[in-house]
Amino acid sequence: MNWVVKTLTSTLGRKLIMALTGAFLSLFLVVHLIGNLQLLKDDGGMAFNIYADFMGHNPLIQTVSILNFTFIILHIITSVILTRLNNKARPVSYAYDGKSSAWSSRNMGILGTVILIFLVVHLSNFWGKSKLTTFEAGSYVPYVTYGEATMQNLYDVVAISFQEWWLVALYVVSMIGLAFHLSHGFISMFQTLGLNHSKYNFVIKIVGYEFAILVPAMFAAIPVFMFLNLQGGLLYLFAGIGVLALVVGAMVSNGHKQQLAV
Amino acid sequence: MNLTLKIWRQKNNKEKGKMVTYKVQDISDDMSFLEMMDVLNEELLKKGEEPVAFDHDCREGICGMCSMYINGHPHGPERTTTCQLHMRSFKDGDTITIEPWRAKGFPVVKDLVVDRSAFDRIIQAGGFVSVNTGVSVDANEIPIAKDVASEAMDAATCIGCGACVAACKNASAMLFVSAKISHLGLLPQGKTEKNRRVQRMIAQMDAEEFGACTNTGACAAECPKSISLVNIARMNREYFAAKVASEA
Amino acid sequence: MKLNAKSPEGVLAEKWDKHKFNIKLVNPANKRKYDIIVVGTGLAGASAAASLAELGYNVKSFCFQDSPRRAHSIAAQGGINAAKNYQNDGDSVFRLFYDTIKGGDYRSREANVYRLSQVSVNIIDQCVAQGVPFAREYGGLLDNRSFGGAQVSRTFYAKGQTGQQLLLGAYQALSRQVANGKVKLYPRTEMLELVIKEGKARGIVVRNLITGEIESHSAHAVLLCSGGYGNVFYLSTNAMGSNATASWRAHRKGAFFANPCFTQIHPTCIPVSGSYQSKLTLMSESLRNDGRVWVPKKIEDAEAIRQGKKTPEDIKEEERDYYLERRYPSFGNLVPRDVASRNAKYVCDEGRGVGKTGLAVYLDFRDAILREGRKVVESQLIEYNGSVKEYEKAKGKPYDELIYVEGKKIIEAKYGNLFDMYQRITDDNPYETPMMIYPAVHYTMGGLWVDYNLMTSVEGLYALGEANFSDHGANRLGASALMQGLADGYFVIPYTIGDYLAKIGHADKLDTADEAFKEAETEVKARIEKLLAIKGEKSVDDFHRELGKIMWEYCGMSRNAEGLKYAKGKIQELRKEFWSNVKVTGENDELNQTLEKALRVADFMELGELMIDDALDREESCGGHFREEFQTEEGEALRNDEDYAYVSAWAYKGENQPHELHKEQLTFENVKLTQRSYK
Ligand SMILES: Cc1cc2nc3c(=O)[nH]c(=O)nc-3n(C[C@H](O)[C@H](O)[C@H](O)COP(=O)(O)OP(=O)(O)OC[C@H]3O[C@@H](n4cnc5c(N)ncnc54)[C@H](O)[C@@H]3O)c2cc1C
Ligand code: HEM
Ligand code: FES
Repeated sequence: MNWVVKTLTSTLGRKLIMALTGAFLSLFLVVHLIGNLQLLKDDGGMAFNIYADFMGHNPLIQTVSILNFTFIILHIITSVILTRLNNKARPVSYAYDGKSSAWSSRNMGILGTVILIFLVVHLSNFWGKSKLTTFEAGSYVPYVTYGEATMQNLYDVVAISFQEWWLVALYVVSMIGLAFHLSHGFISMFQTLGLNHSKYNFVIKIVGYEFAILVPAMFAAIPVFMFLNLQGGLLYLFAGIGVLALVVGAMVSNGHKQQLAV
Repeated sequence: MNLTLKIWRQKNNKEKGKMVTYKVQDISDDMSFLEMMDVLNEELLKKGEEPVAFDHDCREGICGMCSMYINGHPHGPERTTTCQLHMRSFKDGDTITIEPWRAKGFPVVKDLVVDRSAFDRIIQAGGFVSVNTGVSVDANEIPIAKDVASEAMDAATCIGCGACVAACKNASAMLFVSAKISHLGLLPQGKTEKNRRVQRMIAQMDAEEFGACTNTGACAAECPKSISLVNIARMNREYFAAKVASEA
Repeated sequence: MKLNAKSPEGVLAEKWDKHKFNIKLVNPANKRKYDIIVVGTGLAGASAAASLAELGYNVKSFCFQDSPRRAHSIAAQGGINAAKNYQNDGDSVFRLFYDTIKGGDYRSREANVYRLSQVSVNIIDQCVAQGVPFAREYGGLLDNRSFGGAQVSRTFYAKGQTGQQLLLGAYQALSRQVANGKVKLYPRTEMLELVIKEGKARGIVVRNLITGEIESHSAHAVLLCSGGYGNVFYLSTNAMGSNATASWRAHRKGAFFANPCFTQIHPTCIPVSGSYQSKLTLMSESLRNDGRVWVPKKIEDAEAIRQGKKTPEDIKEEERDYYLERRYPSFGNLVPRDVASRNAKYVCDEGRGVGKTGLAVYLDFRDAILREGRKVVESQLIEYNGSVKEYEKAKGKPYDELIYVEGKKIIEAKYGNLFDMYQRITDDNPYETPMMIYPAVHYTMGGLWVDYNLMTSVEGLYALGEANFSDHGANRLGASALMQGLADGYFVIPYTIGDYLAKIGHADKLDTADEAFKEAETEVKARIEKLLAIKGEKSVDDFHRELGKIMWEYCGMSRNAEGLKYAKGKIQELRKEFWSNVKVTGENDELNQTLEKALRVADFMELGELMIDDALDREESCGGHFREEFQTEEGEALRNDEDYAYVSAWAYKGENQPHELHKEQLTFENVKLTQRSYK
């Protein structure tokens, strides 16, 4: 299996790790988002709590979640290795650097760090609270009973947290960071994996930008809506997102046409 | 026009360098950038100072020898080689900053001259078709579709100047390496040994301590020969496939 | 000394095969016991080094650029000839041979040229096998074009970058042998002396251009593939670094220099724009297929244009002189290079030149654009039942404009990259206003004298590519220099060198500690020290520019005895001044580009003088050598086969001593000597 190690420690191998873990994380984002959108249902948090309970106890989901953590750590470690390698490749920097690439593509590390800080806050806020305490030991998290089942009332924790304006602000800022990270990362992932073809590049571009903007936008909308007490605003959200999707689509295809014209 | 030039001066690989400011007068629009440098050098020489060392040869944009990083861009503001850049791209009173390519893989030799032999070593690792002189079959025996041939040609247009490395924030050489891998990998003659080629060239590229590609696209945006990012994707594909499928 | 060209006896077509059979071979197991030095990594050098290494010899390969891939061959645009007859238009080895001999104005050796035509076929096979991406047709087969006025389409090309692609092919083959350990590369290393002992070439002395170290390299044979000497003229289409030092140093050590005055002036180059000009850029010859060459009929018009009072568009059709079409009705704008160049000079001398300097003529694409545009538009018109009105309505543009737009598209597809290059350099748009062109030095047919084996008059010293004189006579045809470089390197030297090596045996090699090497090193060091010690007032470029001016004025497109004699005196003066008043800054032990130039220019000045001697000796006009005293009534070149059907091979006789002329008589058994006529 020596060739595997050799492959994965080459520059291209490391890039492969970035792309594959990035792809997995992107997929995770979608699943996570679908769950989280339950928060905006006007049902006092039932749907969300049931979903959270399921996610917390299903063995398959548990395995996937371990994978998820592994991947995020792998993504981070590899990014640190790559960044150090890349910095070493230019020991003396330019006195005058003209910069001929997109800002986000040059600052993936900084954007990643924003996401990392967010992750720490986010996890200690919710996941930590829910995992590190148990019913018997006395919990930070209140419990709720739906019919037969008793479970943590995570919804309450979330709802209370999102009354703090600074936390909401942190979420929004972080999601903007994520959006920039993905605006380069998503398309870049295809390039890394070797999926670049003049016929299909436009599709990748459209999907990439839509993904990079819509997913974080919806994530960010959740705390904002809850802060403004707009539960039940799913419909508004979807309407808003729909408009955003059209705008992004128009901008990308316009940019693409101009690029072709050059 | 009159210009202020800030130029990197460095005596040799061991000593430290610094930016030095010079003035040049009466520069004509029709001069090439290198002719403007000639004017400066004549003046320096006549004052008894050492002229600025820089690489150049064909002055036609094809040998890939010229290599100045001008105002933050390899080969300057236009999409061409330094030798094909003309002074009409600048205006009277401008300050122009001129630096050498900067990369671990391209150590500075003197002033604006760098050592690009790393590129030669990458080609030596596998950038060829293994045929000896004289054993070949008739040239028309292997038909090659026109579009495939012209795609290979587009990749083969690379002049090996190193602007891609200079432009990349990671000093990555992937555009250069991928251009050769694409050129040979696209053609039937080169396909036979493509697994070996891609693995060996990339191993050499890593050994030369070029950075990893972050897909910023700066290389392709600055390439004087418009080598496309598609080549990097093709190289990645070939590399992963080779790693998974090949014996070695 | 009687020159022996060693042309094999017998029937022309069988000479090479017979010769290959008759020469000695080196046993395969013994090949690794031989070392060969190859100076130069252009088409000739890279192909030779790679092929010899493949055979098993140990090769050391030298070039002054930072990478072998940057040799000047990279700049060739147009293409490479080969007698493949893929187009079924009647081409053959004999026809290519005939065209080349005739094009060279019957001043080259039959046997060599025939061999060149024979192996031309193998070159294309070889290059394709290496992955050279030649242009193809839709069927997947190789495309050809006709080039340089040839009557058949035998030119293979890779966009406008044929030289680049061929060189990269050879460079890659070379790189493969570097990886195999059979070739050791010495980039940024310049040969400054040849080492000879007992009449045999034993090695070279080089300067490491980065550290300044003077080093010796020993070998069983030395191959000079160091390119042409066009930069004697200062301004030329050659790369800035192209130089004659390797050849000249060998010449001073005993290698004869052949036909030095045969230089090719290319008619389509971008004119000089100012005194700062450092080099000239070639615009591919293919442009003459569609462009029409003209100047104003009246001197007053030309003057008005020069002063910026009139533009070319102001000159009415009947006021234009399409002088090539007028003088050569059958060939028109496609007359050979020397004829086109000379005529441009004539009209400019008459005061009818254009451009700021008056040293330029127009190359006009207006008619080509309209002609091609009309073709397209007329074919499109059919779709609108021939109604111009409907057609205009559908396209939203007036008819005349449509013709222009469509025609421009066609011309753009053919010459787009050349037009872009022209515009980048001159800031003029050649789609809208005529290009301006003027002749410039491009290629040197002369070079070190070699026999059929490519060996110079020094044993064990070979010359390949543009560095030798052998195949192009007094004038080279387009797309044949690339062919010759690769023929020499891939298909001639690998055979012929064995003959010599087998004869001397592998023990016959000198140690670099030998006094012959030490002497040569001392000589080189002394030369460098002398240059550094002068500390004069004038820059190397000042001298080079002056030399170039003298050469261009008196030994350029046309020459006469009086001018040549005057020029000789001027060069001698200049040379004296150089050695007392040149300024070379810096030290030897560092990268010192001023010193590099000084060493080269010193040799150019000596070579310039020899070119003049040769031009004076040759009292006839042939090919690129036009002596004003020898012309027909119509002003065409007048050859003198009776007295001058020989190769001039000059021997060096010592510092400031006159050279000695040896003549290799040329015999023509297979072609009839005729006067070239393009009327
Ligand atoms: C602009 C241009 C366009 C052309 N287009 C065509 C064309 O379309 N078709 C065609 O057939 N021909 C063309 N030619 C001519 C042709 O390109 C050259 O004649 C040919 O490439 C010469 O090849 P070469 O190998 O002999 O020498 P070069 O390619 O000149 O190589 C010389 C080598 O010698 C080395 N060298 C020289 N001196 C020393 C030294 N002292 N020490 C160490 N190394 C040294 C150099 O580093 C270099 O590697 C063109 C020429 C020019 C200038
Ligand atoms: C939900 C979280 C995240 C997602 C979905 C994500 C996604 C991605 C994707 C798709 C890529 C592109 C990979 C490629 O170019 O092939 C990428 C690159 C990158 N990511 Fe992340 N990422 C996340 C979190 C992070 C974090 C926490 C960090 C670091 C602290 C980080 C640092 C980087 C860096 C530096 C790169 C660029 C690597 C390179 O191209 O060299 N990411 N990410
Ligand atoms: S000098 Fe040759 S590309 Fe610029």
